Amino acid sequence: MKPAQFEYDDPQTLDEALELLARHGDDCKVLAGGQSLVPLMNFRLARPGRLIDINGVASLSHITSESGRLVIGAMTRHVELERSTEVARQSPLLTEAIGWVGHSQIRSRGTIGGSVAHADPAAELPAALAALDATFHMRSKQGARVLGWKQFFVSEFTTALAPDELVTAVQVPDQDPSTGTAFVEYARRHGDFALGGAAVTIKLGRDGRCENATIALLSAGPAPVRAEAAEKQLRGARIDESSIHAASVEAVKGLHPTTDLHGSTEYRVGLLQTMTERALTKAAERARSMTG
Amino acid sequence: MNRKISVEINGQVVDGLVEPRLLLADFIRDNASLTGTHLGCEHGVCGACTVQLDGRPVRSCLLFAVQANGRRIATVEGMAPSATTLHPLQQAFHESHALQCGFCTPGILMTMEAFLREEPDPTPERIRSALAGNLCRCTGYQNIITAVRLAADRLQQTRA
Ligand SMILES: Cc1cc2nc3c(=O)[nH]c(=O)nc-3n(C[C@H](O)[C@H](O)[C@H](O)COP(=O)(O)OP(=O)(O)OC[C@H]3O[C@@H](n4cnc5c(N)ncnc54)[C@H](O)[C@@H]3O)c2cc1C
Ligand code: FES
Ligand code: FES
Repeated sequence: MKPAQFEYDDPQTLDEALELLARHGDDCKVLAGGQSLVPLMNFRLARPGRLIDINGVASLSHITSESGRLVIGAMTRHVELERSTEVARQSPLLTEAIGWVGHSQIRSRGTIGGSVAHADPAAELPAALAALDATFHMRSKQGARVLGWKQFFVSEFTTALAPDELVTAVQVPDQDPSTGTAFVEYARRHGDFALGGAAVTIKLGRDGRCENATIALLSAGPAPVRAEAAEKQLRGARIDESSIHAASVEAVKGLHPTTDLHGSTEYRVGLLQTMTERALTKAAERARSMTG
Repeated sequence: MNRKISVEINGQVVDGLVEPRLLLADFIRDNASLTGTHLGCEHGVCGACTVQLDGRPVRSCLLFAVQANGRRIATVEGMAPSATTLHPLQQAFHESHALQCGFCTPGILMTMEAFLREEPDPTPERIRSALAGNLCRCTGYQNIITAVRLAADRLQQTRA
């Protein structure tokens, strides 16, 4: 249970880090919080020849507000996200989601960049970011690019990141005042990865009807799943028990989460439906209290 | 390539020439000879290896020793104010029978000491939730919760 040998670099600037990645690409791994990578290395499921430790790159660690968007640097630790008043005000869905991630000791070190790059289908942040239509900012020595969540998350533990590329930041549009959001999940013990969960947003119009809704599910497929048919069904609808129930039935149509020792496909589909229903109910209540 | 590091552990600087792959937990146990930090699972799940890095609880099995270069580490050995007096949290564990084999105890103490600094007056529910990252196979947790609450009361009294 000890990692295999590797070379170690700890660049102090973004340019140095990108230079090292360009030089070593395929043979190296980025080390952020280490809360997913180091367990894999201890089991020797991962044996990178070199680690590029980006904990010293201070410019990657920030939470800033820029013209209607929240910009969260890749090295922002879970605990910083959890405690940020800016995030709580502008994107309360992220604050609610992060409370479900692991334990305090994990949140002291784990980062948002690591969470999205690791792309665990059961992880909270990727699903919440999908519900928020976040964009992912990436950079290599060749240049910078920006992808939407749909292009960024490819499959389980797979993203669009090239081996020499870093996530530098995640951007989230500020929440509109007439929007309510909710994050709900179920895990056997608090802090464990979720068996199923839902991250939703509901924007109410002046007439009290739903103007827009987003529903993202975790542990529902290889990547975060957006229930687009259910979202469409809610748009323009009056939000009540029956429209919420109908949307949650629609949301899980066609899903086939894999059976494993924690739960069968049928169980997981039922759970996802319940989580969606609860999240929509909560988000609608919050949207109503915002619009008064 | 080996690296020269120096880490402040419980106020004392410990130097070492280490392989990058050396886990912080092993540096603490083998190089610094402080064996109060235990290794249970070595993949972040059990919490036995919890120490504090610059005051925050972290898994020492998921950090490399080189990453602690120039940083401040606290382990269970640094808790008691003297050889004859226990820290209020340790005293409360002792009195409340909050340990049996004791394997999980150092990690729990390091986690709870940081927790009580941030939440000096927690409800039993908050204590349970703060304990979620530490497994104990002996006690059934009830006495741990009692002990943490007792320590919270005493720490608040001394502060008042
Ligand atoms: C006991 C335990 C429980 C946990 N429970 C949960 C949970 O309930 N929910 C949850 O979501 N997570 C959970 N985690 C995982 C935790 O959230 C991790 O912090 C996170 O998944 C990875 O972030 P990291 O910063 O630690 O990344 P690392 O482990 O350092 O890296 C993970 C991967 O991402 C790559 N990477 C990291 N940063 C970048 C970057 N900026 N650019 C490009 N590539 C990068 C690395 O090369 C590596 O492949 C748990 C972990 C443990 C040990
Ligand atoms: S040994 Fe580190 S968490 Fe189990
Ligand atoms: S006292 Fe034995 S594991 Fe906790």
